[in-house]
Formats: sequence, structure tokens, C-alpha cells
Amino acid sequence: MNWEIVMGLEVHVELATKSKIFCSCTTAFGGAPNTHCCPVCMGMPGTLPVFNEQVLDYALKAGVALNCEITRYNKFDRKNYFYPDLPKAYQISQLYLPFARNGAVEIETKAGSKTIRIHEIHMEEDAGKLIHSPFGDATYPDYNRCGVPLIEIVSEPDFRSAEEVLAYLAKLKSTFEYLGISDVKMEEGSMRADVNLSVRPVGSETFGTRTEMKNINSFKSIERAIAFESKRQIELLEAGEKVVQQTRRWDENKGKTFSMRSKEDAQDYRYFPEPDIPPLRVSEETLTKIKNEQPEFAGEKAERYVRDYGLAKEDAQIIAASKHLAKLFDDTVAISPYPKEIRYWMLSEILYFINEKGLKADNIGFSAEKFAAFIEIMAADRVNKPTGKIIFEEMLKTGDAFDIEGYIKANQLEQVDDGDLIQKTVREVIAANPKTVEQYKNGQTKVLGFFVGQTMKALGGKAKPESVNRYVKEELDTL
Amino acid sequence: MEIAKMTALEMARGIRQGDFTCVDAVQAVLGQIEQKDGDINAYITVMKEEALQRAADVQKEIEAGGYADSPLAGVPISVKDNICTKGVKTSCASQILGDFAPVYNATVIERLEKAGAVIIGKLNMDEFAMGSTTETSFYGPTKNPWDTDRVPGGSSGGAAAAVAAGEAMIALGSDTGGSIRQPASYCGVTGLKPTYGTVSRYGLIAYASSLDQIGPVGKDAADCAALMDIIRGKDERDGTSLALTGGSLLAGLSTDIKGMKIGLVAECFESEGLDPAVASAVQGMAEQLKALGAEVETVHLPFLDYVIPAYYIIAAAEASSNLSRFDGVKYGFRAKEYDGLVDLYEASRSEGFGFECKKRILLGTFVLSSGYYDAYYKKALQAKAVIKERFDEIFEKYDLILCPTAPTTAPKLGQSLQDPLKMYLSDIFTVSVNIAGLPGLSVPCGFDEAGLPIGGQLIGNRLAEDKVLKAGFAYQSVTDYHKQWAPCDKTGGQQ
Repeated sequence: MNWEIVMGLEVHVELATKSKIFCSCTTAFGGAPNTHCCPVCMGMPGTLPVFNEQVLDYALKAGVALNCEITRYNKFDRKNYFYPDLPKAYQISQLYLPFARNGAVEIETKAGSKTIRIHEIHMEEDAGKLIHSPFGDATYPDYNRCGVPLIEIVSEPDFRSAEEVLAYLAKLKSTFEYLGISDVKMEEGSMRADVNLSVRPVGSETFGTRTEMKNINSFKSIERAIAFESKRQIELLEAGEKVVQQTRRWDENKGKTFSMRSKEDAQDYRYFPEPDIPPLRVSEETLTKIKNEQPEFAGEKAERYVRDYGLAKEDAQIIAASKHLAKLFDDTVAISPYPKEIRYWMLSEILYFINEKGLKADNIGFSAEKFAAFIEIMAADRVNKPTGKIIFEEMLKTGDAFDIEGYIKANQLEQVDDGDLIQKTVREVIAANPKTVEQYKNGQTKVLGFFVGQTMKALGGKAKPESVNRYVKEELDTL
Repeated sequence: MEIAKMTALEMARGIRQGDFTCVDAVQAVLGQIEQKDGDINAYITVMKEEALQRAADVQKEIEAGGYADSPLAGVPISVKDNICTKGVKTSCASQILGDFAPVYNATVIERLEKAGAVIIGKLNMDEFAMGSTTETSFYGPTKNPWDTDRVPGGSSGGAAAAVAAGEAMIALGSDTGGSIRQPASYCGVTGLKPTYGTVSRYGLIAYASSLDQIGPVGKDAADCAALMDIIRGKDERDGTSLALTGGSLLAGLSTDIKGMKIGLVAECFESEGLDPAVASAVQGMAEQLKALGAEVETVHLPFLDYVIPAYYIIAAAEASSNLSRFDGVKYGFRAKEYDGLVDLYEASRSEGFGFECKKRILLGTFVLSSGYYDAYYKKALQAKAVIKERFDEIFEKYDLILCPTAPTTAPKLGQSLQDPLKMYLSDIFTVSVNIAGLPGLSVPCGFDEAGLPIGGQLIGNRLAEDKVLKAGFAYQSVTDYHKQWAPCDKTGGQQ
């Protein structure tokens, strides 16, 4: 039988407001345990939460960006449960009137574009963390994260493959990065996804019994967890057994999901309206302001790059997906007439350093002006590409203080395109390697590269590669 | 005049004029406590050393011309034990808080200190303010100074009894369903429950957040007005606190209530459990207000049968959530023996909370449970909306509403807990004021045959503290029920 996977996502995103949702403590990640807290976020008796209006501003930006209907009169509710990381024994969240509902996100996969419907987005406070002692039978609560503002984005069960899930998460990440409302770092827990998954025979209209997977903290893990859990469910069903509705924990090291609790021991959270916080009203004025202030997002940007700068769609999408890369591109093309040259260095070098060397897109050391000056030199063919890479690396290391012209001069890196000099050098190299010349004559044309390399070496790597190629071929063929 | 028998305002004047010092004042009150509190048990903590030290500092400041704008500078003030005092045990009269000492002051405490008041001690109460008799306290019941075989009312029983016995000049209580007004009535003192949002709740350990308000308990309406001037006003730390307009309540007091329209609630006098002595005292109060120039007419509050169930559902629901943080993990009481996390919670909460608290936590948990929310909590919120609407209608035509504070005078110790439903019904005239978020003032308006005090309640529209206090002040200017002294023995008030 052929099976279809059906998934819905609950994505928690920490909002990057300076202070917490109900007190003035910092939201900074990390810090020694229990140093980013006060009587309010520690839920001390008698304290009261006071809503940080900036949280609503950030949340509304997200709601508008995800095409939601904004609830003009929304309020908080209490979700009651006991756990040592929750010092009030209730989490302030939104159940009855979440601030945003009925949204939609367009995603693109190899199969084309698709709409994922958003059921709702609500605001809530984060809980603390428990640190289990490695030395003995003890657990220590750390309340630093208590009260960090979160939005939870609940999708409809519209996903049919891991690829769609990843495309959706990448879209959310890019969108929130553009809005500047979150760090969206899965590894630091500022973006977390729970996956509700069920399977059904292809063509079936009804949903199968679902499980909810928690504790998935990277894009890669999500892909693995979906593969594991869907296989587990299909195997159960094919063996004539049933899927049990339950919450399952993803274990990254074991690469498996494990049952945490089943539906029968699901907690009754006894939600009721939070009496300590007055309802929030969103005015027409606020909403209009937020709509007008929405930035250009990745999709529109990529289209513009294709249209205005002739970039290939795929290249344009890679640059546009990152707010920081797109900013560097936008700022540089604004002062430099070589968009394709800029695209080349961004996709080859900057992306290489980000993917392989841990460079952060938000921390590229040089400015658009410096980058444009470099591009100018490359476009004018003043140094060759391999030398350009050396210069680029130095520029990354030193940042804006790097003196490109001075560096080129000091190291005599200007490209050599003196035909006579190159021809003379090629002849010397040919004369010095008669055996290899014999090989070439016997049809082993791949040794051409050897002569090019030797000539480049003799010229200190600065010769124009195209010219060297041409002369090597000419000289060998005329022998 | 004996210092401790003065009103708070008289005492402050005496200090400012140099008749006696702030230290003398504090010592006089400490003397009363020492003499009487063995019988009355109004205090959980007496801050003798701190108060005397603070009194010396305040005296110096006053002599240097400080606190010039503060009519209560130098006056010792007693505080209900659910209001947080930095570094001083704040127990809510519960075992579960143990010796918990907050690391911060409630906003009202900060404001009092800024106004030159001297906090002298923490007052007994029903555990977590749950009760109408101050018998549910882990620290034992407070006795009524008019008859020490009787309860002082509750939950601010410690506050009302201390003021009545001369053990406190003035006190801060809290009122969720009548917890200031009903004990004020039983103890023959004056107590104000302010409009919801008038006084910051920051630092008040919550019972039912949507109903709780801190308010004054004093010897008369003027003292209450003076204390209100200090503690009320917008607080950035309480999202439900309101920005207030208008001037000083104390300065606004006068005996001129000519033309004030007062509605006397008909249903109260038809109510089954109403003591005839209470009925006639409150009617007498109406006559007296008429004599002062007010227009008194009969009004109807047809919803009285629903206020008790609505109140107990809302209050218990919120309490079940508010009291969840007392779990034995972070502070206060933890059971000695437990096996694992869930057992730590169960054992600590089972042992740490008293019977009444557990009953209300269970009730609140039940009404919020999945499948019952709509049947109970949602209905109670609907009832709340209806009650508010009806009050709004009345206040379109009337300035104030007059009714008894409680249906009876103080019952004997032990009597109420045996019949809890009767105890809950004793809140019938007070809870609707909390549900609608209105100000309510209880003033002494007579005594029954046994010599026990009776209170009359003046209810105003939202933020109409000025009118409520003015009517109370005018009434007290022509009566002396509030000037009688409790005997602090078992005579039942008959001297």
C-alpha cells in the first residue's frame, strides 16, 4: 500500500525584545543561572505581571507578515500545570482570543509552490530550564528564561513531506529575520518546532491517529525525526496494529522517538482568563502602521534580483533568503555597476565561509563600500581570480581597515597580461620539460594543465589565466 | 487624652505640635499590644525593634520639617499579613509560607514609608484571606474585643480587632468579598473597600485577583480618607491599577450632604437571615442621613440570590490558580518526607494548607476543569456582567446605595465553621460590591441587645470614594457609635 504523511506544525519563536514579557529583566540568552530574573518572573508571592507593549508590536508584525486576521480585542489566559521550571505553576498564554488567526504562508518546493494555512498565532511566556546534576540525584531550576516572550504559530495539517516542512521553517526563519523580531536560532532554542504527524493510505480523506514529536532542535533533526516517525507508524499499521495518540520525545543521539505520555494522561490545563492583565486592544492606526512598515521579504526580493539584475532565480533566492546577505547585496549594487560580479563573490566566497568556516551572515567584517571597491578591481581585471580570493580572505579578516590598493602594491599582485612576457615564459617552460612535450604530442592533451600551472608559477600566480591558456596551446601546437 | 485612644489624625497632629513624639506614639501602641494581644491575638508579628528605630528616625525628620504634606506622619500603622513587607515575615496566616520574608515591599508599604508612617506589625487573618471569621488562621483565631468569646469577622479580623482594641491606630486590610467591611462591622470600626484598581495590588499576595483590593480600617471615615490619600493611585507595577483624577479625599470631606440621593436596598430587608437589630440600626442610619439633608429612596437589587454562588465560583477558580505556586519547591513549607516530584507537591500542599484553603482550591479546580468551565466559570462571569449592569442603572439615578454590611452581629467562636454555608451567606451584602468593582464603606451604626456593634454599608459608583467617605464622615459627625470603646473581655460589650 502507498502511504501519505500528514503533518501540522507548532512553532515556538522567542521574540527578541530587550526585556521580558511581564517584567524588565533582560531576555539575553545564557548568563549564570538565576541572574536574569526578578521577583516578578520568579513568580514570588504578591508580584504582578505587567505587559511589555513591545511584545505586541513584534507579535503583530509576525501576524501581518503571515497574512493573519488580527484579533482587535485579544487577551491572555492562564494555563495551569505544576512543574519546577514554571514558578507560578501557570503559564500566561492565549487560548480564547489569540492575537492572530487564519493566516497563510506560501512555500516553494521542487514540486512547485503551495499554501500552508495558519490556524492561529498566540503570545505566551517561556518557562525556565531544569539542570540535572551530573554528580547526584539533584535538579536545579534556572529561571533566566522564565518570561522570555514567545509566539506560537499553529499551522493546519497541510504538510505532506519533510521537504515542505523544511521549506516552511526556512520561510518563517527568513520572514522573522527580515522583521527583526527574533534571533530565530534553533540551536539556542529561539525557534522550536513540534511536529504533529499521522499517516493514511494515499487517496484517503480521513486523518490517521497522530503523534506529537517534541525536542527537535535543528533542521536536520526535523528531517530525521519525520523519516523515523512516519516509518514507525507505517510499520505499525502494516503489521495490523494501531498508532496510539501520544506525545513522543525525539532523541537526537539514538535517532528515535520515545513515548512521553499518551492521551489518557494528558493534563487538564484549566485555562481561564488572566485577571492580572487587562485585555489588549489593537487600533486601526496601529495596524495600518504595522502594515506600512512591513519590509520587502525574501520572495519579492528574489524576484527583483532576477528582474533588475538578471540573476538566476536560484542564486537570487539564496541571497534573498538571508536578510543580512540581501542587505550587503542591496547596499553594494546601489554603488557598484557590477551585480553579477557581486553575486559571484557572495555565492562563492561568502557562502563558503558561512557554510564551512562558521562566518555569521550578520557579522561580515567589511562594509558595502569596501566590497564595492574590491568588486571594481575584479571587474577591471586588475588581479586574477585566484589572487582575488587571497585578497578577499584578507578583507574578511581585517574588515574595513583593510587597504586593498596597499596590499596589492606591497605584494605586487597586479595581473600580468604582457603577451611577450607570457610567451617568453611559456617557451622556457616548454624547453625545460621535453618529456612532457612528448606526451602532449602523443595525444595526452591533459598535460596542457601542467604547462599552464608551471607558467603561472613562474609568473608568481599573477598572470591572466586566459592569456596563459592561449599561449600554452599556441606554442605547443606550433612545435 | 490617652495617646492610643486618639484617632490617627489626632495622633499625627499631636506629634507635629510636639505634644508627644513619634516614639511615644509607637510605645503607647506597643503597650496596648502587650497588654491586650494575649487575649485578642490580632498580631502574627509585632515589629517592636524595627518600629522603635523607625519612629526615632521619623521623629528627627519631622523635627527637621519633613513630611510636611503628610497628615499621618509619625503614626504607627498595622498591616494585614498578606501584604508584603521587605525582610519581615509575611505568612498569609498559612503554614505553607512558613517564615517567608519577601525581598521587596508592596507598593502600599513603599507609599506609607514615604509618607512617614511607621509599620508596627503584621495582622492576623483567615488563611489566605479565605474565611469570614479569622478562625482559619494557622496562628489561631483572633477574638472580638467586644466579646472575646466571639469572632471578629474576617478575613481582615486582625485589622478590625486591633483597631477596636486600641492595639492599632489604623490598619491596612484587604477585601475580596467583604473582608474589610464585615470585620469592621463586627468590631465597631470603619473600613473602606476601594474601587477595584484604585490601590495597587503589587505586593498583596493574591487570593482572587479580579476581586482583591487593599483598603483602610480605622476609627472613623476621616482616618480612612487620610490613609487612602497615601496609598491610592496608578502604579506601573500593577496592570489593573487606574490613573486617578481629583484631589485629596481628606480635604474633600464635609458634613454637607444636602441633596445627595441614597438608595436603600429593599431586598436586604426581606432577606431571611437578617437580624432585626441590624435592620432597625440600618434604617436608623437612613433616617439620620435624611436628617442631614440626603434624599433616601428604596432601590432594588434583584440578583442577591446569585451573588454568593457567582462570587464563590470566581474567587475559588482564581484562588486555585493563584495558590498553585505554593508547591514546596521554592520557599516556605516543604513536607519532610516525600518520594519524587509529584509526591513532593502532594505532601507539601496537603500538609501545608489548612482545611478551608484546600476546600476552595478543590472547588476552584473543579469549576475550571475541562467540561465544567462553561457550566460554572463562564456562567459566573455572565452573572458578574449582569450585576455590574444593574449597579450602573442604579447609579444613573443615585449617588450612593445603603444596606447592612452583614446580616448579623458577630457569631460565637466555632459556630460558623460548623455551618459553612451560613458563613458564606454572611457575605451576601458585601460580595456584589467586589463583583462590580465598586467602593464600599462600613460605618458603625448601632449595637444589638448584647451590646455588639452593627455596621451600615455605603456603596458608591466606580471611583466615587469621595462621596462614600463624605457621607460616612457626615454621619459620624452626628453619631458616636464609632467612638465607643470595646471592653476586651467576655462581657459581650455590656458595661
